[in-house]
This record gives sequence, C-alpha cells and structure tokens, in this order.
Amino acid sequence: MEKFDKLTGIAAPLDIINVDTDMIIPKQFLKTIQRSGLGKNLFDEMRYTPEGDEIADFVLNQPAYRSAEILVAGDNFGCGSSREHAPWALLDFGIRCVIAPSFADIFYNNCFKNGILPIVLPQADVDKLMDDAKRGANATVSIDLESQTIKGPDGGEIAFEVDAFRKQCLMQGLDDIGLTLQKATAIDDYEATLDAQAWR
Amino acid sequence: MTGTTLYDKIWDAHLVDADSNGNSLLYIDRHLVHEVTSPQAFEGLRMAGRTPRAPHKTLAVADHNIPTTNRAGGLDAIDDPESKLQIETLEKNCAEFGIDYLPMDDIRQGIVHVAGPEQGFTLPGLTIVCGDSHTSTHGAFGALAHGIGTSEVEHVLATQTLIQGKAKNFRINVVGDAPSHVTAKDIALAIIGEIGTAGGTGYVLEYAGEAIEALSMEGRMTLCNMSIEAGARAGLVAPDEKTFAFLKDRPRAPKGADWEQAVAYWQTLTSDEDAVFDKEITIDAAALPPLVTWGTSPQDVIAVDGHVPDPSDIADEGRRKATERALDYMGLSAGTPMQEVAIDRVFIGSCTNSRIEDLRAAAAIAKTGKVAASVDAMVVPGSGLVKQQAEAEGLDRIFIEAGFDWREPGCSMCLAMNADKLAPGERCASTSNRNFEGRQGRGGRTHLVSPEMAAAAALAGHFVDIRDLKAEG
Ligand code: SF4
Repeated sequence: MEKFDKLTGIAAPLDIINVDTDMIIPKQFLKTIQRSGLGKNLFDEMRYTPEGDEIADFVLNQPAYRSAEILVAGDNFGCGSSREHAPWALLDFGIRCVIAPSFADIFYNNCFKNGILPIVLPQADVDKLMDDAKRGANATVSIDLESQTIKGPDGGEIAFEVDAFRKQCLMQGLDDIGLTLQKATAIDDYEATLDAQAWR
Repeated sequence: MTGTTLYDKIWDAHLVDADSNGNSLLYIDRHLVHEVTSPQAFEGLRMAGRTPRAPHKTLAVADHNIPTTNRAGGLDAIDDPESKLQIETLEKNCAEFGIDYLPMDDIRQGIVHVAGPEQGFTLPGLTIVCGDSHTSTHGAFGALAHGIGTSEVEHVLATQTLIQGKAKNFRINVVGDAPSHVTAKDIALAIIGEIGTAGGTGYVLEYAGEAIEALSMEGRMTLCNMSIEAGARAGLVAPDEKTFAFLKDRPRAPKGADWEQAVAYWQTLTSDEDAVFDKEITIDAAALPPLVTWGTSPQDVIAVDGHVPDPSDIADEGRRKATERALDYMGLSAGTPMQEVAIDRVFIGSCTNSRIEDLRAAAAIAKTGKVAASVDAMVVPGSGLVKQQAEAEGLDRIFIEAGFDWREPGCSMCLAMNADKLAPGERCASTSNRNFEGRQGRGGRTHLVSPEMAAAAALAGHFVDIRDLKAEG
C-alpha cells in the first residue's frame, strides 16, 4: 500500500449527497479479477453517455479537474455495496483523499486499506471547501495527515480527526495482515478455547 | 452494573485482542465467499505466500454473475467471457486453497445469503462475514454478520480474524401486529424511511418487539438484509424457538449432544432487561401500509396509496436537490398517485425476497390473473433448494401459467451483472433492496416492493394497493 503523509492537489467538487458505490463504479466493471485499471470507469454512468462519449459538464471531465486528487462531496458518501472496487477506481483515477460530512461505514474502512484518506468534517467546513473547489484549477488544497490539518487556497487551517491506528498504518503504508499475524499466539490461544464448543 | 446487549455479548465472546486505540481483533467463525469480491483476495494470499488459516470455516458459491437461463451447459455455456472467468477463478481458488464450494450445477447453489442459512452454516451467536454488504441478512439468526471489503476478505482468510472498532447499540422496537399484506419488506422500508439511509451508520441494529417475534425466519432475514440500507453494518434478532426449529437437522447444524449444548447457549443470547442502548426508536406495525419507493434511495418510501412527493415542499437544500434529481431520473412528476405509475418489468428475487415464503406469497397473487401484456415479469428463486421446493408445491406452474418467467437461482436482476437487466428508461417493480441509479441496468428505474406487491403490479401493469385485492390461498 502506498504511504500517505502530505498531499497538495486539485480538489474536485461533487456536490451530491448519498453518492453510492454503484455510482462510483457500476457493476459491469466488477467482473475484473484485478485491482488496477478501474480509473477509466470511475463514475462511468455520470461521466460518459451510453455511446461512450464524455459528458462535458461532469466535474471530472472539465479541464480544471481532470487531474484532481481530492474529492469534496456531500453527506453519506460511499453508501451501498461493500465493493472495494470503489476505492480501487478512485485510486486508479488518482484520487487520494475524499472529504465529506459523513461516509458509509464499509467504504470508509475500505479507503484506509488502499491508501486513501477519507476525511469527515462538519457541514460548514465541507461547504467552505466545496466553494474553494468550485474555483477550479487555481484552487489547490493541502492535506497534512501528520498534523491532521487541511489548508485551503486562501490559507486558513481546518483540523480533522482520524483514528490513531489507521493514521499510523496509512502514514507507514502498513499491511494489516502482517500486523495481525504478529498476534498469532493470541489467535492460537483463542482457538484453543473453541474446543469447549465443538459446534462452532 | 448495567446489563449488556445481544451485540455486546457476541462481541465479548469473540474478542481475541484489544489495543489501547479502541481497535479490536475479533475472531470470525464463518466466512462466505462469492466470485466478485474474492479474486483479488486470493491473489493477495498467493502473492504473499500465505494460506487460509481455517479453510473449513469458509464456504464459497458463485451467485452474482451466474446466468439464470440455460444452466445445463455448465461453465462452458456462459456467454460472457468475463463472468465465466470470474466463476472459473473462484472454482480454481477454492480447489487450490481447500475451501468448500457449492458448484454451479449443485442443487445447493444459490445466492450466498440464501444458501448459507439453508445449509445451517449460519448459526446464532457466531460472527459471520462475507465480501458483500447484505451479509447483514444472517443477523436474523442472532449472529453478528456483516459485509467486508476485499482486503478484509484476504485478512479473514489469512488470520480468521478481523480488525474492528466496536459499533454502538441501536434498538428498533416494532410493536403491534402488522396488518395482513404488510410484510417484513414493508417493515424494513418503513424503518429506513424513518431513520434514513445513514440513520444506522456506526450502529448495530437490534430488532425487537412483538411484530418482530411474529415474523418467520424468512421475514427476519428480509428485515436484517436491509439493515445495510439503513447504514448499519449489521442487524440482529435474538434467537428463539423459531430460529432453532429452522436450523434443526440442517446439513451443517450441530447434531446430538452438540445440538443440545448449542441450543442451551443460544438461549442465553438476548439483551439483558437493563441493557442500555445508545439509541432506540419504536415503530407501530399496526399503523403501517404496504410501501413502495419512488426515488433512487431506499429511504424514498411512500404508502402505495400515496403520491409522488413534491420537491418544492422540502426546505433543506441538499434534500430538495436530491429529490429533484431522483424524480428526474425516475421520470416521475410530483403529485402523481403511485397507483397510476405504469411499470414495464417485474423482478421477484434477490437475497431480500427469494425464499420459499416470498414465492408462496407472490404465487398466491399470481394465481388470480395474468401478467399484463405490457409487462415482462420474472421470478428468480434464491437457491436450487428453494426452486426445488417451489416446484414440489406447484408454484412454478402457477407463475408460468400467469405469464411469469421461471428462472435458475442467482442474483440476477438485483444488480444486473448477468444478462438480466433493465433497458434505459424501463420501470421495474422489484423485490430487491437497492433502487440506486443504474442498479438494475443503466437508466433503469427501480421501485422496491414486497413480493405480493410486485406480483400484483405485474398483473395490473401498474402499482396497486394489495389490500384491495383478494388473494387466493
Ligand atoms: S441478490 Fe443482490 S443484494 Fe443480494 S447478494 Fe446478490 S447482488 Fe447482492
């Protein structure tokens, strides 16, 4: 997993609430057996016509946002299915950070496993960043995970919260499985207690 | 000391390790696997040189991509090369890593959340995960069951544990007797309509109250299935005699002395009288009508005798915009009576409503007429065993005579990964769980309803208030 410490990039405004994982990556692209290559189909049905032409006014098709690395969105981002293809598609497109007033649980979790930082902020802060993002390519946003702060184009800092363990994993690019396997004895000990409940 | 909730009890019984950050390592008793969310997990294991820790605690089945027609030809008869590759990959991975697999031509094959309980793989008090958000279904048995992402599928395969933060407790009391024709699906939709699609985020829901106790196991599965649509990872119903009766003698359920021991333990799985919930609401089932969704979020519910809402009545700007967008996508105008909305397609199936009881309810309506000429309707049983049972009861003949298509089991048009999908602009009365934009096919318009409401809409060609019909038993 790629590390995340600091990021300065273009923020794209996606001013929609309840952006679901079917919107992020429609199911016809879930047939892959790989993780990579999904970026071109990110937001496919909002981004292209049925004939495959770009829809000019969709945010990521606008010249200013084609290389966006940050997404600013509405409430309950990532609701719906558990498909990890959603963060894979965001990452493959180049998005490393999503900022929203709230996230659906499984999606939020999946982001951290893939080096994407989801940031929850109060609505007022999101509104401010949404306004900034709407200004286009001149408006870069800087995120510093270490100090847990966001700087908008006009300066001014916004602080954000993140779970300490997840922050550490993201900053060091740590693999969860490796970390858990260090606790193998605890798992062995737990499994030994299962003998008393053969039905489990 | 205050008492503990059912969720707390299951959580505590599975704690392997807890660190100071509030992250816990939870033991996972059962892992269900399907073809769409697992290939990259197996690939990850292979690349890291790891093997599954407890392969016998995993059960795999292909369901999402599988065709619902012409299954006799097996894998070779699958037209779509990508679907075929995914199913083939699952078969190979299961063989390589020693995981039990229900093959395509096996009578036990079906939607993972239908097949698991049928096999007795799902049991009370267990932790159950699957790379699928509707794993919440299994909470109907009093198991802590939730969806995970592919990285976590790999984590569970390698370690039989999951790193988790504890959720909060939210009890939903559904009191009173549900009127006839108000089903578990309507209760689920009513709850989501009330708390919203993010209302359960960060919580585990426990469904309680007499209307829940009165539900069959099938009904409880329908209800728990839709917990994720309310934002909750998991929903729970405390196990009771109905739960035990459903599980007794299932192939993977405990037998003999083990069964006795298990039941004795399962009987302890209730929230204590003095347990404290972080949140609690009460819904009166007696006051509920049959419901239908009008928009593109499962919270967009309305009584079948209601009208399409008017965005200009909504003060909140975000909501108003979302409503306008939804109505535009759905091709509906504000104020239209729902019963005047004509439909093109009907889908009876999915892990929400494809069990035998659902098919019986739909057949009781199908018996009373013929599918309208303007409607294309299909019934997709949840598993081979459901299909077999339905055929033994003659339900297939009722559906076929009424003009429904009778298909092979799978996810089918719930998410339209196979050939079963809506054309742009087509409107569907569906018993599935998600009405998101494009869910059942690009540009397709989905209205979520109960099986009997779907069947009634198929006959009429538009939504009808099921309470006005006389079903034959
Ligand atoms: S039936 Fe639908 S919701 Fe259920 S597992 Fe299949 S695709 Fe998912």
